[in-house]
Amino acid sequence: AGKGFWSEMLGVGDFYYELGVQIIEVCLALRHRNGGLITLQELHQQVLKGRGKFAQDVSQDDLLRAIKKLKVLGSGFGIIPVGGTFLVQSVPAELNMDHTVVLQLAEKKGFVTVSEIRESLRWETERARQVLEHLLKEGMAWLDSQAPEEPQFWLPALFSELHSQEITPEEAKEAIP
Amino acid sequence: MDRFSWTTGLLELGETLVVQQRGVRLSDGEEKGTGAGAAPLDGAWRRGRGGGGGGVLLLSTHRLIWRDQKNHECCIAVPLSQIVFIEEQAAGIGKSAKIVVHLHPASSNKEPGPFQSSKYSYIKLSFKEHGQIEFYRRLSEEITQRRWESIPTGQAMQVNRDSQAGRIRAVGIVGIERKLEEKRKETDKNISEAFEDLSKLMEKAKEMVELSKSIANKIKEKQGDITEDETIRFKSYLLSMGIANPVTRETYGSGTQYHMQLAKQLAGILQTPLEERGGIMSLTEVYCLVNRARGLELLSPEDLVNACKMLESLKLPLRLRIFDSGVMVIELQSHNEEEMVAAALETVSEKGSLTADEFAKLVGMSVLLAKERLLLAEKMGHLCRDDSVEGLRFYPNLFLTQS
Repeated sequence: AGKGFWSEMLGVGDFYYELGVQIIEVCLALRHRNGGLITLQELHQQVLKGRGKFAQDVSQDDLLRAIKKLKVLGSGFGIIPVGGTFLVQSVPAELNMDHTVVLQLAEKKGFVTVSEIRESLRWETERARQVLEHLLKEGMAWLDSQAPEEPQFWLPALFSELHSQEITPEEAKEAIP
Repeated sequence: MDRFSWTTGLLELGETLVVQQRGVRLSDGEEKGTGAGAAPLDGAWRRGRGGGGGGVLLLSTHRLIWRDQKNHECCIAVPLSQIVFIEEQAAGIGKSAKIVVHLHPASSNKEPGPFQSSKYSYIKLSFKEHGQIEFYRRLSEEITQRRWESIPTGQAMQVNRDSQAGRIRAVGIVGIERKLEEKRKETDKNISEAFEDLSKLMEKAKEMVELSKSIANKIKEKQGDITEDETIRFKSYLLSMGIANPVTRETYGSGTQYHMQLAKQLAGILQTPLEERGGIMSLTEVYCLVNRARGLELLSPEDLVNACKMLESLKLPLRLRIFDSGVMVIELQSHNEEEMVAAALETVSEKGSLTADEFAKLVGMSVLLAKERLLLAEKMGHLCRDDSVEGLRFYPNLFLTQS
């Protein structure tokens, strides 16, 4: 079914509900890689790939509209603004203001350290550590304890080098319920 | 195509990546790739058969960069300042959507590139793997904002030399606060502007819906006065406006009647899939399953939730359950999650300890539901957790059994 005049104006209709299904599938397939956090851009690329050459084109705005509708299903879909774009959350993990601010700080380089958080946000070490540990536990951050100066906390969702890597067959199996 | 210069593809200091898209082909004016009649080519371009094959197109605040997908060393760029204007060409049968970029003549001190001269003053970007809508929007934005004028760029070389000094230069809390505040203001402004338009639109929409309802009624009543042709045409106009089938909504209304019918339908559709999945499915799984099966006239997430809320009161063999975490599932009435917890305890005890991922793989469940079951077991006192940076691990609760 095409977008239709009202679909586009009011954001309703088959186009967005089908898109919702595709978004869920991509997020499920990549969850173990990025802990359930993905940039809007990477989500966009993966959804386009899944839709194939002859399907209708989809914009990032369309994705945002579809995701907002998915929130009501209770599985933790959410949108987090970072650095001019958005991160899409697809797992029911608690991410409060502290976590969001650290994600925004990490957006520039794809990683963040305790020192950077202390300097930029003027937090105590303990507060910074708690936030980073939570992200680690949720699988949204990976620890590089062998970094030269101090441990670095990397966000797989923000590694642009990993983006647009093909979804493997094993991952695709995760996606189809 | 003679406005392009060879580049390493590395972003310069001060230059930011805005958007990128794979599967883009470049062509010079009306030429197909590097077809006959193309201007004299630089050797590398010819060797790499550049432009003819697909590539990655990157838009930065300062340049448009294209890298050949097969030959990564073949990388060219043109400054955004060279762009006069851009236009879209919609996709057609067998043709991908395109953006036509009209360019100023090349400056005399331009760095060398793949073409020495060209008879065209425009190029075409062909989007073989979609992404044209987004790219056009971003490119228009960058051309309008002209950020390259306010942000000076240095050569990539300088970044290495200044890397020591550069890292110590922190943003500072004031800078971040200011950026967050600006963003908040911008979002607020956008939202209130959007709602202004939207409320005007909603008024019109109400009128339109009333009008189409009254016409639909007239059609039903005066079947004889209106030809079948016109009826079909009118219905298709309604369809394109997103008003599915006026009759369906009329019969069931947009409220509870519709959801009751839907709930009964769901009970029929989900019986077997639930049995195959151990009696429990998350609402997102249900959403995907049902909509994939339907193909057309898909369910909205709200409609699905509202229908599921009625399952229990309609005494259907399924029910909606909401866990503490907010996760929503559909269970068979015969399913008893608390009994499953006893089985889970056995499994965890056998292995000593398990994470949600490990348990999910072992039992053949989705990670989401596996985690909920383990959390429920913990809530009931059968398991306790070890929350460390290596993950959340569950152990049998020996405090309870071995007091």
